[in-house]
Amino acid sequence: MKTAPWACWVALPAALLTWWAVAGVVDSSLLPTPLAVLQTLWGEVQAGELQHHLGVTLRRVMLSFVLAMTLGTLLGVWMGRSPLANALLDPLLVLFLNLPALVTIILLYVWLGLVEAAAVLAVVINKVPNVAVTVREGARSLDHRLEQMAEVYRFTRWQRLAHVWTPQLFPYLMAATRGGLALIWKIVLVVELLGRSDGIGFQLHMAFQVFDVASILAYSLAFIAVVQLIELAVLQPLERRASRWRTAGVRHA
Amino acid sequence: MLELCIETSRSPQRVLGDIVTQVAEGDRICLLGPSGIGKTTLLNAIVGLETQFPAAAVKKSADLRVGYLFQEHRLLPWRTLRQNLMLVGVRSRDVEPLLAQVGLAGCAEHLPDQLSLGMARRAALARCLAIEPDLLLLDEPFASLDPPRAQALRRLLGKLLEARPCMAMICVTHDVRDAGELANRIWYLDGQPARLQWDERLASDSDVACMSRRLRNLSEDEA
Repeated sequence: MKTAPWACWVALPAALLTWWAVAGVVDSSLLPTPLAVLQTLWGEVQAGELQHHLGVTLRRVMLSFVLAMTLGTLLGVWMGRSPLANALLDPLLVLFLNLPALVTIILLYVWLGLVEAAAVLAVVINKVPNVAVTVREGARSLDHRLEQMAEVYRFTRWQRLAHVWTPQLFPYLMAATRGGLALIWKIVLVVELLGRSDGIGFQLHMAFQVFDVASILAYSLAFIAVVQLIELAVLQPLERRASRWRTAGVRHA
Repeated sequence: MLELCIETSRSPQRVLGDIVTQVAEGDRICLLGPSGIGKTTLLNAIVGLETQFPAAAVKKSADLRVGYLFQEHRLLPWRTLRQNLMLVGVRSRDVEPLLAQVGLAGCAEHLPDQLSLGMARRAALARCLAIEPDLLLLDEPFASLDPPRAQALRRLLGKLLEARPCMAMICVTHDVRDAGELANRIWYLDGQPARLQWDERLASDSDVACMSRRLRNLSEDEA
């Protein structure tokens, strides 16, 4: 069913107006107006602070994301294809899935010190199990009939990977990517808050010390905007391109 | 060329019994038998897809090229016909002539889901032929097609076989008419576990008529 094109433009402006109205009534520095947040944002941009901290956090997010996706995908495919690997590793997977992010971060900072490697590793350890679980489902649902076809026609390993497995795993990889990006940047902020001296998380920590709510909101909104941009400019076009075959045509009668 | 010697006596799931036979160049075999008796299992065993049989159970030369037309087309739905064919080694410029042979000229850029069932089956047949097989395995190639389309595919297959006199074929079917049009040899699989009950050569039309009568009698007895 097709929805009206204006439908997605209702909730956000309404929330913004409500925020503005409440902030106007309350009139406190603990709830600044959207305009005050924008002014703070602009001030940080002019000082060069926002770009610097945003860049640092994005670098951490991307590095952790690539590592977590790579390791999680390999682990998920292995566990999905091999019952033995699954039996061996499943208890560990459940353990790590239920391990709070905060515990991993604190332990790694204690063991490795307040260093960049500990920060990235903490994020990766938190994300890998989620990716593995999602991709494992995909690997389990690989169509064995296409596998047989690839066997009969003597597909090379590369052909199987690129033309048989990846297109089938793609929806699962996209789900892991979407969830991954959202989860990773939230964990990165905690990591920065607890043990780094730069990044958005560090800036939020500084703002928290002086109850500077305008800065907290300015930095958060800036980062949400960047993640939204990645979703719109990278992930959605990628998904449309890879799913084109599903909607390419109507089957003949 | 292909020595088929399946020994299943030690297999826990005995769908097939021991089968010892040979397939020579130019053999056009129709494999008949009741539903669920193990005809597809036998084809899978020949091509090495049945894990319940050790690889040594089927003796064949290592370089034997086998084209397998599965019951479903099993083309990659996310790749065009051109890409599907290029994956089995067809050069891009040879795709169109190959598709034209099976009546799909101009369809190279189509995705499998854009084709009808009959067209997709012909595209899969083109893939079988693309590897220039020594042995062609067909698993119920005319199933689910309406009679005119089944007849058209039967004629096409007859023409393609005629152009490749050395190629052997094993075609699973339920319709003894296929034997008359395509085969020079009949296998009949039956029993529990299944064995080749008949392995007979068809030399003339009267052989086909005689075989049809025997099969009819058999199915009436079963009914």
